[in-house]
This record gives sequence, structure tokens and C-alpha cells, in this order.
Amino acid sequence: MANKGWDEFEIGAMLRTFNGKIDDIAGTHQENRAYSENSSFVASVADWRINKPVFNKDFCIDCQFCWIYCPDVSIISRDKKMIGVDMDHCKGCGICVEVCPTNPKSLLMFSEKADEETELAAWPAKNEEKK
Amino acid sequence: MAFDKMELQKIEVWDGNRAAAQALRQSQVDVVAAYPITPSTPIVEGYAKFLADGYIEGEYVMVESEHAAMSGCVGAAAAGGRVATATSSQGFALMVEVLYQASGMRLPIVLNVANRALAAPLNVNGDHSDMYLGRDSGWIQLDAYCPQDVYDLNFIAFKVSEDHDVRLPCMVHQDGFMTSHTAQGVHTLTDDEAYGFIGEYKPMNDMLDFEHPVTHGVQTEEDWHFEHKARQHNDLMTKVIPKIQAAFDDFEKLSGRKYNMVESYDMSDADVCVVCMGTSVETAREVATEMRAKGIKAGVVGIRVIRPIPFFEIAEALKGAKAIAALDRSSPNGAAGMLFNEIAGCLFNTDTKALLSGYVYGLGGRDLTKAHLVSLFTELQKNVDAGKVTTPLQQFIGVRGPKLSFL
Repeated sequence: MANKGWDEFEIGAMLRTFNGKIDDIAGTHQENRAYSENSSFVASVADWRINKPVFNKDFCIDCQFCWIYCPDVSIISRDKKMIGVDMDHCKGCGICVEVCPTNPKSLLMFSEKADEETELAAWPAKNEEKK
Repeated sequence: MAFDKMELQKIEVWDGNRAAAQALRQSQVDVVAAYPITPSTPIVEGYAKFLADGYIEGEYVMVESEHAAMSGCVGAAAAGGRVATATSSQGFALMVEVLYQASGMRLPIVLNVANRALAAPLNVNGDHSDMYLGRDSGWIQLDAYCPQDVYDLNFIAFKVSEDHDVRLPCMVHQDGFMTSHTAQGVHTLTDDEAYGFIGEYKPMNDMLDFEHPVTHGVQTEEDWHFEHKARQHNDLMTKVIPKIQAAFDDFEKLSGRKYNMVESYDMSDADVCVVCMGTSVETAREVATEMRAKGIKAGVVGIRVIRPIPFFEIAEALKGAKAIAALDRSSPNGAAGMLFNEIAGCLFNTDTKALLSGYVYGLGGRDLTKAHLVSLFTELQKNVDAGKVTTPLQQFIGVRGPKLSFL
């Protein structure tokens, strides 16, 4: 934010989420909203993360568990289809991996420095547990 | 509108609390979040009763403390409603943290304060300790001397506070018991006149405007805090006084009752004068008139607007006086009194050679009698005759024991 003088900003300890007017927030995807520079949505907190989730779409059944449980709204889902993870806001808590019900899991945690392609190629096989 | 209007007599017999409650009703306050405390309780009780009886369309929020009461007011004001509450003394002290939030967030809340002493020792009676406690909080502070003033100043408070150029909360002070519980004749406005004067509430940056979402109460550190506080101080110093003057002018046209930033009585030729606030103003006026019959040219100055302090208006009101007494009804606890210091500041760079002395009086509801004021005016005349302050600069009036004076 530019270093404005005392007479150059709106009064009150108040910040606007969007630039201008927004008509239908619920019906507008995040990427199509005109977030202002003051909205935390435009700030990346990716550097808070030590471990990251990697998404493997080959095993995903679009159950939406990860989307529901993610505490930072960082699972991107469109028309009930899992698209991927918002890596600007994911903090690497691993809850999505924990709740993923598929076998093998469709989301797994790796070191932040891990190469995604390499990890996808070496994805674990189905765990055949004996009953 | 889904509420009944009330037929009032031209003159109603109301105490200060009733006058405030009626003003809140006529202002159609949307939300009152309140916690009861003597002597202000009947104000919010009155609002609640008017609401329950269908005379107001609004919301009464019962909370667990005064801190929560003011917090509820902050939330309702940020949401975009006309908001008011009332408190006194310890309750005011508990609100203080949130008073700064309200003014910093630029929320137009009206707070009626029935002034009362602060413990310890615990005391329910009137002095100005709580009023003085609020003076750096960034609120506008108006002072009523009688129930009529309480009624009128509430409308002034809403009008000024909610103005989009101001957007600062406003306190209306009255003396606990002496005004809050003393019934007097109050000239009323009709419901339509009163509501027409302050007008429909015009929201600004309200949280219920879903097309323009806002976050209220953000954090700033050394990068922005100073600019926000500077802006607030600027608006208090430059915008509020003209708006109050305009509201006073409009109110005079409506009601015939004239208010001033600084109320001057018999000051045009006064040699000696007393500067005070609250009910003491009326007592001092009566004594000043009697002093004139005895040949002492006495006058009285009452401070109507405490914050923002009407700096130049005070200097103007006092420019002809030869001896001035500043009466503080709050223990300065280790300093000269607030009024003494304010007046000294207002006069210091002017041409006046007036002799200024300070008096502390009336703590915890102790009476300020006419006899006290007679000796005070006489003392001031002695100062004038001697050409210097013949007494210590700070004296206590009406306290038992050996004479107490300092400075």
C-alpha cells in the first residue's frame, strides 16, 4: 500500500474487501471477484508452509471431504469436482489428507521442496489389507 | 412506521433521565445495548419501556457489563443503525476501553452520562469524575445543566454525531441526581418536530451494505496508527465546532432555545467570574446576580462543549474579566484542575492580565451552596483590588477539617 498522508484515506479503522461494488458474492468465483489490495485474499501465506499436500486426480472420487474440512478454504472445487489446492493460502496442516477416504489417498503430504511430478510418479499403490 | 406516536404536553414535568429517555424515543434509536447503573438506569429503562409499549421500532440488548454494552453499541453502529446507551461512574470506567474503539472507528453513538463520583470510597452521588475520565477518548462531550438541556442536547448530539463530515460519537452529560432525578418543567417538541430535526439515519460504511463489504476495527502499527489518530484529532479540531454551531442555530429556529459552545451570563461588564459546569452554573448565576446588588460585578461562564474544547470561544468569553475562578468537580489527584489548566491554556497567549485561581468542590455529591459562592466571589474581588492572586492557586471548597490549599 502506498504511504498515504493522514488526509488521504477513508475515516474509521475500516478496510474494503473489494474494489467498487460487488453484486453477487456467493455466485461469483474467487478468481472473478475484484478483491482490493486490503483483502487478505490477495496476500500469499505460502511461506508459512513446511509440508505441502499433493493432489493425485487419478484416485479422487470427488467426495468433497477435503473441501468441507479445509480450515482455510484452500481446496479449489468447481461444480463439485476437485480441481486442486490453492497454494497461496494452504498452510500445510494436512487435514485434507487425513479426511481423504480413497485407497490409496488422493492427497498426500510431502516436503515443501518435493517435486510434484516425481511424487505423482511414485504414488503408493492400493493397500490390500487382509480381512 | 410500525410504532405509535406519543402526545406530549407543551411542558412536561421530567427529570433528566426521563428527558433523555424521551429524546431517545423521539430519535427512534434502532439499538440500545445497556447495563444498568445508578443514577443513569432510568434512561435505558425508559427506552426499554417505550419499546415494549410499541412507541419505538428498535432493539434493546441486555448485556452482562458496561464493557459489553458499549461493545454492543459499536457492533450495532458498525452494522449501520442509530445507536445510544447510558451509564455512570464505575460503568463509565468499565466502558472506557471501548469508548476509544467507538471514536477510532468513527461510529456515531450517543452516550448519556449521569455524572457520578468514582470509587473508592464507593459513592453513588454526582460529581464530574467520570466526565473528566472521558475527555481524551475522542468523543464529543456536551454538558447539560438541567433536564431541559438534557432533552435538547440529545437531539444536537444525534445530529452532529451522525453527520458524514463528523462521524464521531457524542456524550451528553448531566449531573447525577441533581439533574438526573430532579423533575423540572421541560418544553417538548412533537415527535415529528424532533425526528424531523435529526432526520433519517444515513448509514456510512455499514456492514449491512452487502454490495460494499467492509472490515471494521482493523489493526495498524507504527506504519498507520499515527495517521488515523491525526485524522481523528483533525476532524475534532476543525469540523465538529462548526457543525455544533449549525445544529445550535437550527435548533434555535425550531424551538426558540439558544445554546452556545460557551454560555456567558452577565459577562459583558464582569470584573470577577466563575467558570464551571453542570448544575453549579445555575447556582453561580443566582449568586452572581445577588453579588451585583452588593456592588461586585460578577459573571458566570458555563462550558457547554467540553470536547472539542472551544478554545477561542473561552478566551473570548473571558477577555474582559479581571479575576477568574475555575471550578473543578473532580479531584485532580496531583495536578491543577482540568478547567484551571484548560483556561490557562486558552488565555496564555492573549492580552489578558486576568488573575486565575482554581477551586475543587462538590466531590461525591457534596453541595456547593450559595454561601460558598458568595465567599468565592468576594475572594475574587479581593484579588482584583490587590492586583494579584491573594490566595493559593488551588483551594478546596466545602471539605471538613483544616483549610486545604495548594500551589
